[in-house]
Amino acid sequence: MKNEGSHISSYTSHAVVLIALLALTAISVAATEWHFGAFTVGVALLIASIKVATVIINFMHVKHESLFIKAMVSGVFVLFAAVIVITFIDYYLR
Amino acid sequence: MKVPVTNSKNMSVQAIHNERIDSETGKLGMWIFLFTELFLFGGLFLVYAVFRAKYSADFHHAAEELNTFIGTLNTVFLLVSSMTVAMSITAIQKDDKKLALFLVGLTVLLAGLFMMNKYFEWSHKFEFKIYPGSEVLKNLPQGELLFFGLYYMMTGLHALHVLIGMILLLINIVKIKNGTVSSNHYLHLENSGLYWHLVDLIWIFLFPLLYLIT
Repeated sequence: MKNEGSHISSYTSHAVVLIALLALTAISVAATEWHFGAFTVGVALLIASIKVATVIINFMHVKHESLFIKAMVSGVFVLFAAVIVITFIDYYLR
Repeated sequence: MKVPVTNSKNMSVQAIHNERIDSETGKLGMWIFLFTELFLFGGLFLVYAVFRAKYSADFHHAAEELNTFIGTLNTVFLLVSSMTVAMSITAIQKDDKKLALFLVGLTVLLAGLFMMNKYFEWSHKFEFKIYPGSEVLKNLPQGELLFFGLYYMMTGLHALHVLIGMILLLINIVKIKNGTVSSNHYLHLENSGLYWHLVDLIWIFLFPLLYLIT
């Protein structure tokens, strides 16, 4: 007897997500060789953020969670980014 | 609240309903805990960002000491382990106990490989007397000293999380074996999986910050 409403992700979908994550890692490693100057940190963090979002949405199953959990998780991550960015800018422009 | 019981069919429907609510609230609690973990590491990320801006040349120089290959390999281990733990939930939902056990076991193995790599990486630095409080480290420029301090603090705290994650997954192996975790009740595995994914998430940020941005 299964819990009604709990979504069962397929093995294939998990494997596809892994391939995407590995590809992003390869891009991230290769990008360090290209040197974007001042943007190097930005590019690395952008790729890392895409990877994190991919893990949260797919592996952490947020895609199939209730609207409440979806809203809470995205809200907290926006807050997290805001805390880091605003505090850093405050320090940087002092 | 008393639930009027009319027949056994209604009872089982009620039981499923309760199980759903337990699962929802259980997961909600886990997410709230994960948020506190996120902000714990967030503080360290911020300290890193500030000192990196202040001592960018020293950070650049010190980061070159780190082995990108080992860092990349460890990233691959953690990404694959994140997939195996996610797949183990699919397996338990499909009532495939054997496959679920195999996948959780594989996750623990990959975590072990990650820790082994970390052990070799740290030992290599210790050989060159680069460890917190060493004379070599004290004589390095201020920025490099800060970089290695943050490196040990962040990777050390992360490694502690890997160890805790391994223990949680091992408990799941026991629970799957004795039937406490099954296709009807798998919240424990789901929450341990969420914890394991957090370990992966933290590493996804640590890897470029420490190993790639040189």
